Amino acid sequence: MNTEPNTVIEVEDLVTHYGTRKILDGVSMNVAEGEIMVIMGGSGSGKSTLLRFLMALEKQTSGTIRLLGQDIGSATQQQMFDLRKKIGVAFQGGALFSSMTVGENIMLPLFEHAKLDMMTMEIMARMKLEVVDLAGFEDLMPAELSGGMIKRAAFARAVIMDPKLLFCDEPSAGLDPVVASALDDLILKLRDALQMTVVVVTHELESVFKIADRVTVLDRGRILFIGTVDELRNNKSERIQNLLNRRPEDEIIDPDEYLRRLTGEEETGGDATL
Amino acid sequence: MEHEITEQDGALIVGFSGDVDLQSSPDARKILLECVARKMPVLVDLSKVNYIDSSGIASLVESLQTARKAGGSLLLVSVSEAALRVLELARLDKVFTICGTIDEGLASL
Repeated sequence: MNTEPNTVIEVEDLVTHYGTRKILDGVSMNVAEGEIMVIMGGSGSGKSTLLRFLMALEKQTSGTIRLLGQDIGSATQQQMFDLRKKIGVAFQGGALFSSMTVGENIMLPLFEHAKLDMMTMEIMARMKLEVVDLAGFEDLMPAELSGGMIKRAAFARAVIMDPKLLFCDEPSAGLDPVVASALDDLILKLRDALQMTVVVVTHELESVFKIADRVTVLDRGRILFIGTVDELRNNKSERIQNLLNRRPEDEIIDPDEYLRRLTGEEETGGDATL
Repeated sequence: MEHEITEQDGALIVGFSGDVDLQSSPDARKILLECVARKMPVLVDLSKVNYIDSSGIASLVESLQTARKAGGSLLLVSVSEAALRVLELARLDKVFTICGTIDEGLASL
């Protein structure tokens, strides 16, 4: 009997640009069903960009992305609509609608995608609020919540449809360590209970070591490392060790390129990453 | 999703099979509420359910509350490991009476 988990995210030789600037350069990675994959890297490494492409929010220059077996480059509008119902996203800033209550925000995907009785939707929303420890907060407005509460409410909305894939962008950024740790616990709990596949972008090392099954490290738009947390810790690469030990790297200056940048002359290469 | 309703020892046994998900849970809800309205104890047999999502669990919650308000009872029987994990996530395993078999469920009434 084949006990290998299914691959639910497949990225092959992904190249992306913003304008003429190359952001991702030949990225290939797979994520298995039920796996928590953490994407990390320094600022400007391309990790949030990779997440945006995995969420099918942007069109790549070349390469393929398959989500749940569906090539998103060749998917029809209907196929993408069906696929998006199986994807939950917890955005970095929460992205709650300020004019709607917390409960309405959480039920929004159900209003859009499901034909359920109002009572069923309300119970589902309250169940998810229980899960994220926000029971009784459904009638409040987002402006009445703290930063940590907004993140948790965003999680509740991301999982309201029991998605197969959950994408989280910097879930613990800007939170105090206790709330950040609680959010990590929540990610583990959701994966275990709902068998979700989770992709988390973060630069919080504590979070990486706590939740990741595997880690992808991006560096200047390229894959520097993919492996388990132990493999990451034991990796001898200087760049990886700099990242793990929070050592800043001195940028090697190309005087000609630097002068061109300062004087605003056209770049000839166009493969630098932001 | 398919379902079967039988009567045994003065109780209604509602057996669901297949997936209880966003598509099928409105039917499951209707079936459950109709059973509860018959003023008999209801045993929901989940042994043949492959998958139940939050909308299915929400239908069970609403039916349990409706039964309780009317002085009746609703029990879950043969809950799969996967369904139990979803119930535990929202601590609903503390709310529902969960029995291993139909006989156990009938005996507990």
